[in-house]
Amino acid sequence: MADSVIEVEKLRRTYGSFVAVEDVSFEVSRGEIFGYLGANGAGKSTTIRMLCGLLKPSGGRARVAGCEVGGNTVRLRSRIGYMSQKFSLYLDLSVAANIEFFGGAYGLYGKTLQRRRDEILERMGLQEHRKTTTADLPGGTRQRLALGTALLHEPEIVFLDEPTAGVDPASRRVFWTIIRQLAGEGTTVFVTTHYMDEAEYCARIGLMVQGRLVALDSPRGLKSAWVPGRVISVHTQDLEGIRRTLSDRPGIFAIEPFGSTVHVRFDSDVWQLPALETLLATDGRNSLIVEPADVSLEDVFLAAVASGGTKTQHEGSPTSSDTNGAGT
Amino acid sequence: MSTMTQILAPKEKDVVIEARDVVRNFGATQALKGVNLSVRRGELFGLVGPDGAGKTTLIRALAGLIGVEGGTVRVLGQDPLRNPALRDAMGVMPQHYSLYGDLSVGENLRFFARLYCLSRKTYRERSARLLELTRLSPFTERRADALSGGMYKKLALACALLHEPTVLLLDEPTNGVDPVSRRELWQLLHEFVGLGMAVLISTAYMDEAARCHRVCLLHAGKVVAEGVPARLVRDLDTPVFEVLGGERESLHHMLATTDGVIAASPAGERLRIVLTRDAVAHVTKNAEQLGGRLLPVSGDFEDVFLASAYAAERSAAQASATVEATRG
Repeated sequence: MADSVIEVEKLRRTYGSFVAVEDVSFEVSRGEIFGYLGANGAGKSTTIRMLCGLLKPSGGRARVAGCEVGGNTVRLRSRIGYMSQKFSLYLDLSVAANIEFFGGAYGLYGKTLQRRRDEILERMGLQEHRKTTTADLPGGTRQRLALGTALLHEPEIVFLDEPTAGVDPASRRVFWTIIRQLAGEGTTVFVTTHYMDEAEYCARIGLMVQGRLVALDSPRGLKSAWVPGRVISVHTQDLEGIRRTLSDRPGIFAIEPFGSTVHVRFDSDVWQLPALETLLATDGRNSLIVEPADVSLEDVFLAAVASGGTKTQHEGSPTSSDTNGAGT
Repeated sequence: MSTMTQILAPKEKDVVIEARDVVRNFGATQALKGVNLSVRRGELFGLVGPDGAGKTTLIRALAGLIGVEGGTVRVLGQDPLRNPALRDAMGVMPQHYSLYGDLSVGENLRFFARLYCLSRKTYRERSARLLELTRLSPFTERRADALSGGMYKKLALACALLHEPTVLLLDEPTNGVDPVSRRELWQLLHEFVGLGMAVLISTAYMDEAARCHRVCLLHAGKVVAEGVPARLVRDLDTPVFEVLGGERESLHHMLATTDGVIAASPAGERLRIVLTRDAVAHVTKNAEQLGGRLLPVSGDFEDVFLASAYAAERSAAQASATVEATRG
């Protein structure tokens, strides 16, 4: 891969007989937003901790920002930023004092430190909170401060471990605006999240199931490989009625409740939309609203985790050329 | 039952959680400014709002962990602050650290079982079921502080459910919990609620809020909206669109600098935007210049949140501007 800044080969970590990360291989290129998804306990944080030089791999190798993991940790850490799941900030210090403390820890001082502090305050939208005690910051703002401290030394790569967990919908959008800007400027972003709408921003996504990387592709590629077909949203609460009408017919992949509507996923080689609509409009449902809908990454996630990472292919369904199990 | 029960709830005898005109300050900060809500037996009641809205304070007051300065809180007709015996009937899951970090998953469950004086048989049955439902069975030997954020949450919920309380108070129980486990936890909650448990749950996930019987939107210590989620969505008078065509990043950039854009976020490969009524015309024009077309779509609960929070912030800003003007 051109200009890859993370190269991971058969990386492995065991705890006794428990295999937390099992021979994972992938590459991430410069400026990419790389999403790392998986269930709790799938091995995401363990992988990140190895890549940041915080945890010794049990096997395999990884090269991060030109440094071999397990080698010179000081050099590695000066080139990467890491925002952990748990807060790494001093709650009784002010916002500015936290930034100065971490700047000092990264070897910044004097004018450079002041300049970086002010840049980070501005970029993270924290100027008005400059003197606020960190404990008094709302969750979303605190997360922006944590990101800011991880960026002080202008790292090439930043690892974000669930940066938006528990952050409200408006603050999450602000946070992702910053992430997209960073990537636009060439910083590589390695991020884990349980918000599937955020995962749509990733250029590529690695999907972990029980320690194994079971898929690696763009959001679009993942969807067509794991959840093939087209989806329509039927505005009705009558799930059973829709099931009675459609479920035994060929080319119908799934009929599932989705909010206050029902999602029907079908093989577009077998069904044309008007034919489906005609069929749905029977049984007293004549004024039914039917809209095209998207397969979501949540559907992908559910399909992958429910199957334990083994893809079940529908007959005649499209497959993604570059998604064939673990690390391409 | 005390006389208090009869006075407070003569008719609505099923109300088991009640807050009336609740006021609570922290120093100069008014965390709750007269909050009213009631939750009935067998009801799943959601509490949403931006960071710092007062959700945690309200839950802590209902749990009897802090007192209030005005109004009343009642659980099963009693004041939770003065009736510690209520705890037998109450399950509480705080947002942070409620477990013993140096005890294993299994040991934490056993500890809570003993605390609530469960028989050995009851403990065995319930913990086995809760471990299975939370997918924590493979991790029973792991120390709680070595669990990932999401696993920790699941264990805390399991501990709060062990004694099968009548009233359950959950403060953001699913932060960091993966999509599969979230669905399973919600199925679990629905099951308990079906048996008559009253659940008050705060959440940052709007798909969860949409699954509650009723939901209350808190902003800066006040209730700004309350009701059945589907009805709140139906009554949303803020337009929501998806942008068809155009390139996502450049559209994003335009939207970030355009007035009246409440939120923009990815919906699959497209952008979903929430606009003020006034903004529709000029956003349509700007999008067209970038090759994008606005398609009206039906709103969802996240849109309700974004629009309400936006409106509440605006009116707060206007109010303070008026105060400034009067002073000047």
